[in-house]
Amino acid sequence: MSLRGVAAVAGIGETRYERASAKSALQLQFEASLTAIADAGLSPTDIDGVIPIGITGAPAEDYVVNLGLPDLRFSAVIPHGGASGIGALQCAAAAIAAGLCTAVLVPSGRNVSSGERAGVRIHQMPQFRYVTEFERGIGAIAPAQLYAPMARRHMTEFGTTSAQLAEIAVTTRAHARLNDNAIMTKPMTIEDHQASRMIADPFRLFDCSLESDGGAAFVVTSAERARDLRQPVVELLGSAMCHPDSPSSITQRPDMTHVGIAKAADLAFEMAGVGRDDIDVAEVYDCFTWVVLCQLEDMGFCTKGEGGDFVSGGRLGLGGALPTNTHGGLLSQAHMLGMNHIVELVRQLRGHGDRRQVADAAVGLATGYGDMGDGGLAIMAAAR
Amino acid sequence: MNDAVSEAYWAGAARNEFVVQRCDSCGTVRHYPRILCSTCYSFDWSPAPAAPTGTVYSWTVAHHVFDPTVTTEVPYTLVTVDMNVGVRVIGRFDSDVAPTAGQAVVLEFRDALEFRDADAPTPVFTPAPA
Repeated sequence: MSLRGVAAVAGIGETRYERASAKSALQLQFEASLTAIADAGLSPTDIDGVIPIGITGAPAEDYVVNLGLPDLRFSAVIPHGGASGIGALQCAAAAIAAGLCTAVLVPSGRNVSSGERAGVRIHQMPQFRYVTEFERGIGAIAPAQLYAPMARRHMTEFGTTSAQLAEIAVTTRAHARLNDNAIMTKPMTIEDHQASRMIADPFRLFDCSLESDGGAAFVVTSAERARDLRQPVVELLGSAMCHPDSPSSITQRPDMTHVGIAKAADLAFEMAGVGRDDIDVAEVYDCFTWVVLCQLEDMGFCTKGEGGDFVSGGRLGLGGALPTNTHGGLLSQAHMLGMNHIVELVRQLRGHGDRRQVADAAVGLATGYGDMGDGGLAIMAAAR
Repeated sequence: MNDAVSEAYWAGAARNEFVVQRCDSCGTVRHYPRILCSTCYSFDWSPAPAAPTGTVYSWTVAHHVFDPTVTTEVPYTLVTVDMNVGVRVIGRFDSDVAPTAGQAVVLEFRDALEFRDADAPTPVFTPAPA
């Protein structure tokens, strides 16, 4: 048994993304949820499964009460940070395939502007207990600092340069400028990136993602049911979620140049029955520029160490060989935990990408990257 | 914030000694401290003083004040070091010259950072004497 072709993302929803929203995280996730449910042509009372994105989501009980769900039959929590959306999609598809439920809502919403920055928030999470005890006190505090040694090691082993990381930031910004719901829309050049202030060497300001407020959600049904619903059908072909060695301490990871998706990629591609060359559009989790480069290598789009050349020369841009982060990503659209990557992939495969539509996009993938390298991907296709 | 399994590490650090865990059953050395040996699944272990020497695997330089309750003094360099005993340690790097991959370094524990919200010793690496 496989999940290939079993499930579809039938509805997607996003709120306005902002630097600082006056709305609570709870309101933002319900707004996105209602949009996604309506987008599918469903009613809230049709929802019988919910997988709230763990680190920001309300518990399933809140969905029963606020959406008036009469018959919630399935709920789960996927506690893997920015990989949670991909994990939730896989979990929803498995639950539907097993007959446990029929329509699963995956909601997220965050209002981080009203609270503490990521460098403070992560230390409240159990996954970070080693970092909190052994690293935070010496000044290894924020994600930028925890991930920087991975990028520096990659540069040391393979000669990757900051200007190559800039290619990712610049391409992603150009895409955000075609998205009416992107926060960062000022033009960016390689020179702008190179002149941006150093945050955690080798990461400059423009290597780092945003901190944003907003909500994003999607609804998963069986592929069969999706054919009777409102939108063009976008099927899940394959997915996998894996973990790097030493997932709770990057310091103790023997090889820092791979993350969890290195283990997941072959599993997902084999399930999907497609190859790397079949991918028309890629929405790759981009908490930092280098994390995009590393995942592209780990997924086998190029060999380990060649990522710097691979991301250069316009390959990731619209019209390039592998249009990537067509929405502007976490770097320039909004940090919505990669939920916005899944929403954008569905939008592209429906052909609803507006000014940033990848021509004839039929097969694509979205990835997630959680905490210290948990990694997953979902390969999806427009049903024919 | 220190639980029983990491007490020996912190007590050693307070004496300027690098202490790791050694499995009583199979002898495998591990760090950061945890309750179970992932090689032989024994819960039994003993603290083992280890050589404070190693080589630089990677590094980063903080230029941004991420949390003023930890420190406001930037920039500072953090090095990730392959210790000769077979585990990694991340620590401050005290040198006028930037680190390089493979550089030999020595670990010592110094007084806690001024702004730190705990009083634990700080691991600091310096270039090994030529």
